Amino acid sequence: MLSVKNLTKIYPGDVLALDRVSFEVPDGQFLAVIGLSGSGKSTLLRCINRLIEPTAGKIIWNGIDVTSASEEELRIIRRKIGMVFQNFNLVHRSKVLTNVLAGRLGYINPAWSLINHFPKEDIEKAFRQLERVGIADKAYQRADELSGGQQQRVGIARALMQDPQLILADEPVASLDPVLAHSIMKILEEINKQDRVTVICSLHFLDLVHRYADYVIALKEGRLVFEGLPKEIDDQKFKEIYGKDAERVG
Amino acid sequence: MNRQPASPWKSLRLGILVLAALIVYAYGFQVTKVNLDEFRKESRQESRIRVMRALARPDIFEYQQEETRVIAPIYIPCPNNIRPNPPTENTQPYLKLTPGCGKPGEEIKVEGFNFPPNVKAPLYFIPSADPADKLALQKGNIQADSNGHFIFPLKLPDRTSDQVQYIRVIIRRNIGLPHFSATAVETGNKIVETIFLALLATTIGTIFSIPISFFAARNLMKDVKSSLTQIALSILGWPLGVWGGLLLARWMRELNSLIRLNILATTGLIVGCAFVTYFLFRFAFFHQTRKVSPVMRLILPQLAQIVALLLTVQCFFLLSQLGITVGGVIVPYLGKAAFLGNFIKQLSDVTLTTLPAVLAICGGAILGGLLGNLGRKLNEKLPYRSLVVVNILFSLIAGAILFMIIAAAIAWLYEIQNLERFYLIFGVFGAAFGIIIVAITKPRQPLPIGLILYTITRTVLNVVRSIEALIMAIVAVIWVGIGPFAGVLALGLHTIASLAKLYSEQVESILPGPLEAVTATGATRLQTIIYAVIPQIIPPYISFTMYRWDINVRMSTIIGFAGGGGIGFLLIQNINLLNYRAASTQMLAIAIVVAAMDYFSSWMREKYV
Repeated sequence: MLSVKNLTKIYPGDVLALDRVSFEVPDGQFLAVIGLSGSGKSTLLRCINRLIEPTAGKIIWNGIDVTSASEEELRIIRRKIGMVFQNFNLVHRSKVLTNVLAGRLGYINPAWSLINHFPKEDIEKAFRQLERVGIADKAYQRADELSGGQQQRVGIARALMQDPQLILADEPVASLDPVLAHSIMKILEEINKQDRVTVICSLHFLDLVHRYADYVIALKEGRLVFEGLPKEIDDQKFKEIYGKDAERVG
Repeated sequence: MNRQPASPWKSLRLGILVLAALIVYAYGFQVTKVNLDEFRKESRQESRIRVMRALARPDIFEYQQEETRVIAPIYIPCPNNIRPNPPTENTQPYLKLTPGCGKPGEEIKVEGFNFPPNVKAPLYFIPSADPADKLALQKGNIQADSNGHFIFPLKLPDRTSDQVQYIRVIIRRNIGLPHFSATAVETGNKIVETIFLALLATTIGTIFSIPISFFAARNLMKDVKSSLTQIALSILGWPLGVWGGLLLARWMRELNSLIRLNILATTGLIVGCAFVTYFLFRFAFFHQTRKVSPVMRLILPQLAQIVALLLTVQCFFLLSQLGITVGGVIVPYLGKAAFLGNFIKQLSDVTLTTLPAVLAICGGAILGGLLGNLGRKLNEKLPYRSLVVVNILFSLIAGAILFMIIAAAIAWLYEIQNLERFYLIFGVFGAAFGIIIVAITKPRQPLPIGLILYTITRTVLNVVRSIEALIMAIVAVIWVGIGPFAGVLALGLHTIASLAKLYSEQVESILPGPLEAVTATGATRLQTIIYAVIPQIIPPYISFTMYRWDINVRMSTIIGFAGGGGIGFLLIQNINLLNYRAASTQMLAIAIVVAAMDYFSSWMREKYV
């Protein structure tokens, strides 16, 4: 259970990115976050694992106050929260396997990292995750040799290595074509349904929201403007979220 | 068309600008003493031509030469009874003088016969009765025609003698194949020295500048924030740790001086040491899986780590002592490869010398880190009021210690006499400084220690970098004497400063995405650097290192001017001796090496980057 209370983020220069956002996510939900570019979706997701430091408000996850966690506690929290990015954020020059293993860094002794060593179980686990996302044969290739869809699979495998209880997906399919987008979303759906991992996923396309999400929240200029089931978004609501001149696509 | 009318003010302004520019350049000419009269002078022209021709003929190859001396007697002035010239009917080269005597200043005709066709040879006047005399005045060069005949008008010198004197022509003929001249061989040796000088300097520079570059990268440092408690305790920990490290080093050295074993026993000891260390480390890191009581689980691995570290240091001590002995012993047996023995010996010596420093730094880092961690825990756990008290106490002590360390440096440099009062004053100021910091910050406020370290690092780098390597070489020559080692030190220091700057700018320009992703997995800062930063900076690091090697090769020619060894030493010597052909050889060698380095580095970049 994740509950966000009055979350506010003000960037330097008095830019209000999040304005007293409150919502709750029960365990095992697939939550979609929608809204225009710049509405605060990315900021919201990054505040949850404190990649961005919130200005005010509280985030309680499984009874732990994330916002007041110390550096050490934050590491323990972060390793249970997987994250998937729009631009995949792989280390280009490293091997796919190394990129996936990076998901285990929160669990291993930092001294091992000095000599780039991972336990044998972790390497086997990495291969299992790669198999799960369907690219086990690419393990020893450089990450930048892969196509966009394959890179995002590596990103998901990296998140899975963390044994996550929550996955934050920041527009995971925005850089992919529609066919690939569905294949990536299906993987996330499978993780959500089979492993009962909570997924919070920001999305652009409403058809993806209707197809995959259990629940939707919408942001507009940093404020929560809609909260409900995907099917509740009618034309009226759509225009409230995206503005009067918006047209539905897809 | 709507054209603006020409404004007289505009034209006037332009005119004034042009005039001002003219005046600036006129003054520039005056200051830099542009003067073509000197350039046109005949003496200048002559020396110019001479130097350029010498430079165009680098002294690289030479032939073994066969010398033929042809002599003819001459009398100045004419004696009473002149003896006839020897018979001239032969096939050997000979000279005929007409007349065979004369007054000083008189011109006679020197004719040569049977010379090698088209030969060019120097003609000397030998003012002595001995035709093989070393003293010879060159009067010019003869040029034979295709029949081996020449006529040379010789103005008799003002060397009167009643004895016979001689005219001598030396014909030099190249025989066999050309071979490298002595200059070329020497240049070759020195250019090898230069390349390795540059290589060592670059290596030293790279090793030190990589860690420094992380401290000088803004994007890594700006997020590093610590509470005052942590910083203060860290400052307390560092000097204690350094002191402890030095003490440990001295103690270990004394211990080692007691152990005087033969080579075999020492080797055995080292191997045993290494084995024990390995297993201790294994135990220390795999302890999580063992089932022991919680206290033991915490203490045992720590204990194992400490013992393992001590053993590692002990290993290094033994190893370097062994290296010095072994290196010295094997040198005589190695023959041409004696440098390998010397290398082992010197490297061991360097290790032995730097071990106390390394231990001191490690001790400082460990104790500073431990106390800093304690500070962080205190900062998180203590209630507000006690935290304020703790902060005041520790900041006071830390400030005093910090200022007293600075005071110690100043006292040493300026030979301060009244030490106790001096330390006291600084200590009081430091304590006041600590109190002020506590007063102006909130107890739990994170302070931007990263940015402070960043600024300090950058400042030091900028200062070091602004001192040219040439000047550093002069200082290094005072430290270690004239020779390439001084050059290595000077170039190495300069390389650290400039590479650290270049590297840190590369770190600043990496993609932030992977950094974000690895941080999100719960990795520590160190792990983030290893897995997200380092893979991204390897290509620019390689290419900057190659570029720096190239710069160092070129710089080492200049370093030689100040006694830093390498080819520059030879070059400046030859220029001072007006031996331009040799200087030209050295310049050519530098050009070839620099060009080769360029091709090599671009090939490397293409292949690995």
